[in-house]
Amino acid sequence: MTDEDLATTPLTEMHRGLGARMVPFAGYLMPVQFEGVMAEHAWTRGQAGLFDVSHMGQIVARPCDGGGWASLAPALEAAMPVDLVDLPEGRQRYGLLTNDAGGIEDDLMVANRGDHGFLVVNAANKAADLERLRGLCPDVEFEMIGDRALVALQGPAAEAVLAEHAPDCAAMRFMDVAVTRIGGVGAWVSRSGYTGEDGFEISLPAGDAPGIVEALLADDRVRPIGLGARDSLRLEAGLCLHGHDIGPDTTPVEAALTWAVGKVRRTGGARAGGFPGADTILRQIAGGAPRKRVGLRPEGRAPMREGTALFDGDTPVGAVTSGGFGPTVGAPVAMGYVAADRAQTGTALTGEVRGKRLPVAVAPLPFTQANFKR
Amino acid sequence: MKYTEEHEWLREDGNVITVGITAHAAEQLGDIVFVELPEEGREVSKNDDVVVIESVKAASDILAPLDGAIVEVNAALADNPALVNEDPLGEGWFFKMTATDKSQMDDYMDEDAYKAMIA
Repeated sequence: MTDEDLATTPLTEMHRGLGARMVPFAGYLMPVQFEGVMAEHAWTRGQAGLFDVSHMGQIVARPCDGGGWASLAPALEAAMPVDLVDLPEGRQRYGLLTNDAGGIEDDLMVANRGDHGFLVVNAANKAADLERLRGLCPDVEFEMIGDRALVALQGPAAEAVLAEHAPDCAAMRFMDVAVTRIGGVGAWVSRSGYTGEDGFEISLPAGDAPGIVEALLADDRVRPIGLGARDSLRLEAGLCLHGHDIGPDTTPVEAALTWAVGKVRRTGGARAGGFPGADTILRQIAGGAPRKRVGLRPEGRAPMREGTALFDGDTPVGAVTSGGFGPTVGAPVAMGYVAADRAQTGTALTGEVRGKRLPVAVAPLPFTQANFKR
Repeated sequence: MKYTEEHEWLREDGNVITVGITAHAAEQLGDIVFVELPEEGREVSKNDDVVVIESVKAASDILAPLDGAIVEVNAALADNPALVNEDPLGEGWFFKMTATDKSQMDDYMDEDAYKAMIA
């Protein structure tokens, strides 16, 4: 695939002007790094990083009967094991689109915006998600938004920076959503992100996005951050990357995402089941799953990459699904799946790197403390 | 100095040839977080994998540029792999080797030819 076949975002030209190294990602030409992954990672944890995530899918969902959230939420619950009925207006929740086997077709954010819902899904799954949602929720009208950019402002200085442009954002708490104005244009803001830091995700009209991003970058506390650091930040934060740490063959219970399955959707709950794969997922919540996603800390300095086979003695017990160097941890970090009886923190395993079995220990997630404003 | 198409540099000093990667290669690889060096004394053939460098995103192999033997490795890289980014042509060297046939050096580019290749 040549660069010409790739989709661009409203900010692509700006990235080029800032000297970004551009790579293909999920069909888009995206910046993988600006000044360098380590520096960008550290800057985000220390100040504020600005990420272009316009490749992600932004979907507006409206109930066909015009009945607002009261009729939208139960309809959407047919597609995911999430408690949406009890999600207050102005709040968003992490969700999972499950399949009939209980696997995860995608992970997403779902926001209650009163008369409609706002969903943000992974770039690579956009088209499939839309088809899935339309099939499972026939009484909902879904619209993929094509004319808005999506950026994330992440890090301890994010609140102070954004408040200079949109003062009302300072009062938002983690997972709040609001419609506000930045630079005179309508911005859809959520207090959330994918770094383990406090921050915001901001949807902007495509034509206005470059000017607003330029204004944010003019602040000395803000630097542009590429997908490379986005990956190392989310890995240290213990957050899953769909297609790697979770996918159609992993269930929420195996993925240690049972917390995302609403209590009311579980056995004995008021709205138990009623989502794809409920039999498998509810059975695993009650009786456990054969394997579990865990954090992994390699002992030496050699990173254990995705696909690294894990052993207990000579017994294969699993594999790494994401791994690399954790710049804030200052050492290699990874996550992967191991047999449930090997999932205890501290369990000593080995990972096969270039033919050698190197020591690695099961470790708690996240690797770095989350700094959300609860 | 001689340069390979794999972006290695070779610096000849008497019978010993020091090998590293170019500034261009280090920049392309990004932040280097781990370097696995060969054992001193190892006999190598040209194009054997002898060094693994891991950047934040990926692992790459460094090939032996000549037939010969590894006589010394840069132990400082074990604790400070970032030296490869900071000073690729100096403190960030990988290993020193002796060559069984120094005429193999003639296969490689001089600085002008290398600069033309990466231009």
